[in-house]
Amino acid sequence: MQEFLRLSGIFKSFEGVRALKGVDLTINRGEIHGLVGENGSGKSTIIKIISGFLQPDSGRILFEGKEVTHLGSGETTSWGVQVIYQDLSLFPNLTVAENIALNEMRSRRRPLTDWKEVERIAKAAMARIKVNIDLTKLVEELPIGTQQLVAICRALTSDVRLLILDEPTASLTKADINNLLAVTRDLQSRGISILFVSHKLNEIFDVAENITIFRDGATVGTFPSKSLTNDSLIELMTGKALSQTRFVRDQAEDRVTLEVRQLSKKYNFKDISFSLRGGDILGIIGLIGSGRTEMACAIYGITRPDSGEIVVNGKRTKIRSVQDAIKAGIAYVPENRLVEGLIQKQSVMDNLNAAIMNSIAGPAGYSPPAVRARHATEWVEKLGIKVAGPQVSVQTLSGGNQQKVVIGKCLSTKPAILILDSPTVGIDIMAKSAIHDMIRKLAREGMSVILISDEITEITNNCNRILLMHAGRIKAELDADTIQPRDLERMMSEF
Amino acid sequence: MLKKLLHKNETYVFFLIIAIGVFINFNNPLFFTFENISGSLKSYSMVGIMAVGTLFVLILGGTDVSFTAIAQVVEYVVVWFTMAHGGNIYMAFLEAAVLGIFLGIINGLIIHYFKVPIIIVTIATFNIYFGLLYVITQGKLLNNIPVVFKDFGNVLLFAQTSKIGGTYGLSLMPLIWLAALLLGWFILRKTMAGRNIFAVGGNEVAAERIGIATLRTRLFVFGFVGFLAGIAAIVHVSIVQSVVPNIIVGKELEVIAAVVIGGASIFGGKGTILGTLLGVLLFAMLNNGLTLLRISSYWYSVTIGAIIIAAISVSAWQKLSKARNNVKVRIEE
Repeated sequence: MQEFLRLSGIFKSFEGVRALKGVDLTINRGEIHGLVGENGSGKSTIIKIISGFLQPDSGRILFEGKEVTHLGSGETTSWGVQVIYQDLSLFPNLTVAENIALNEMRSRRRPLTDWKEVERIAKAAMARIKVNIDLTKLVEELPIGTQQLVAICRALTSDVRLLILDEPTASLTKADINNLLAVTRDLQSRGISILFVSHKLNEIFDVAENITIFRDGATVGTFPSKSLTNDSLIELMTGKALSQTRFVRDQAEDRVTLEVRQLSKKYNFKDISFSLRGGDILGIIGLIGSGRTEMACAIYGITRPDSGEIVVNGKRTKIRSVQDAIKAGIAYVPENRLVEGLIQKQSVMDNLNAAIMNSIAGPAGYSPPAVRARHATEWVEKLGIKVAGPQVSVQTLSGGNQQKVVIGKCLSTKPAILILDSPTVGIDIMAKSAIHDMIRKLAREGMSVILISDEITEITNNCNRILLMHAGRIKAELDADTIQPRDLERMMSEF
Repeated sequence: MLKKLLHKNETYVFFLIIAIGVFINFNNPLFFTFENISGSLKSYSMVGIMAVGTLFVLILGGTDVSFTAIAQVVEYVVVWFTMAHGGNIYMAFLEAAVLGIFLGIINGLIIHYFKVPIIIVTIATFNIYFGLLYVITQGKLLNNIPVVFKDFGNVLLFAQTSKIGGTYGLSLMPLIWLAALLLGWFILRKTMAGRNIFAVGGNEVAAERIGIATLRTRLFVFGFVGFLAGIAAIVHVSIVQSVVPNIIVGKELEVIAAVVIGGASIFGGKGTILGTLLGVLLFAMLNNGLTLLRISSYWYSVTIGAIIIAAISVSAWQKLSKARNNVKVRIEE
């Protein structure tokens, strides 16, 4: 196999912190190469170097055997390198057609815009991956899954030879994910190399021929994906062997804390009914678009259902607002921690205290910094949040620690019912495991937990009961003790 | 197709203009006459030209409040220069353009290199330009302005004599306004420079990532604002035929309001020339209507404020109903 790109001995430091310590990476022509590693292992830094956005401190970069000394974004584009970033880098105020065609139109350097040509370029790119998006819509009007497809179309307008996909499937529906993986294989068959960076190991195994593992800024090794198993890969990524035991409910009593009866909301979900006991971890599995988050939002008071009842501790409760939900003892860890869970610019301390400001304030609403810091430090210790001090801005934390801050904030309202919506998305394996342990501990202490996720193993390992949601309805209710991940996967694929 | 029209801001402004126009005409049939309309357009040409520049800045993502100060400075300097050194109207426009671009580019440089929000920088330059003008001129008016400006202002196309003996017709000023609109439309719609403004205004990080030169884009926008402010200044002096150093400043908010009502988003990335035109026409018509209906001109401000709130309410209602009827989940029956 011919080499397309070889990085060898790449070093890169940021303000004294060594992000890359001698990284090696080789991608062959027409290869789908997987890149895995925990957050902070150097994956995004190496992508920025390959795309020319950053310059390495030392090391060699060779394209097709030829050494390249300076790699700016112009050079990488001429070598056919296209990156699709996690944030997609699209223009929300421009049409789909213009977003797709913009790079190509710019490279042609014509002073006037030929709108017919824009349309033609966009249509051709869409045809390459067999999608059909309304070209006249503004990108901000599209759901995130469709936006991702627009980003991919844009990358395909030029003569791409290496396509780097950075966490491409984070918000895609199953159908879109399958389509993307098919597209990836199709591009490969045309000689295009793909660097597939993802936390979702099952997808990496699905498409990648070879997998490179980063740990702590260095290459652990490159292995053919067939030679690895999920467990061996995780062990190489983390340096530790992880045991995955199943959660078993161990409460003596069967007190029902939350009962939902025939909850319905137009365009969101219909006839949702279930009951929840103390010590339960009820898993709700369903893909994006199944109504699971919408249902959680209605229980938590973010939206209001059209009909149905919510019964908390035997009492019918009208939940008209988030304040009502919190008063009823419900807490919700939202799906999008960066946007919905954290106040990014503020400190860990202020984020942790955000939900209980009133209760820790003294007379006249003043809460001394010492009191606030004490509250925050309690949670930092309790949840094992790795942070230098509570005044640090929450933006600087890793995804796992950020999520712990969100959970800490929710727990500070002393809820009896905790709903977690896709809590481990984009979080590395060790932190994921820590959060699962945290959830199990809460359940053992008597809390009623609802865990919403689309990851099958997360649900089967951490729940004692499972609800399967699809198209706004509950399609199945299962006992987790007996179900195997394979069976659950099969059930889901039937919808 | 109809649904798309209903979502567009311009449609509402258009119908509002028709409705108010009918109302005014009903109460005073002098409204819908060539003399009245051409006069009204002439008096709003300066605002109309400056509105095109304001649109560019709004698309880039910010609000410039210094353009009236630039126009004021340019008006004074060019008239004084013409008084001292002579010159025809074309030279006046050229000088105005050059000085306007120069002052605008200073804005652009400060905004880009200091990374300070546009409104803050332009408040500062507004004060500096305007203040310096006062320091140098001591607030003196300029009367007896050169004949070239008077003659230019008096040119009338389709001239007619009115019943009481005066002449009226279509002045050149609205045509310059029209030229500014067409130029703005062409740049925004057809040129790479124009599309770059939308890109930077929509997602600056993404724009940098694909290699758009943000400095050049900013300098272009603010240079263009200055250019139009200069042109507007000459138009203004040709209309009022005197230079009062504090008459143009104060109109910033009206210009910005007109552009925003026309549909430009304050958050950047969106706006159309048609909307800007309709916004200014609406304001021109309201002003004209108050005079024709013999309503006190103080009501002008109240009316503008009420329209702004109405426009925001409509826009907010649209967003809410879109969200409510958003089919988040296709429920299985």
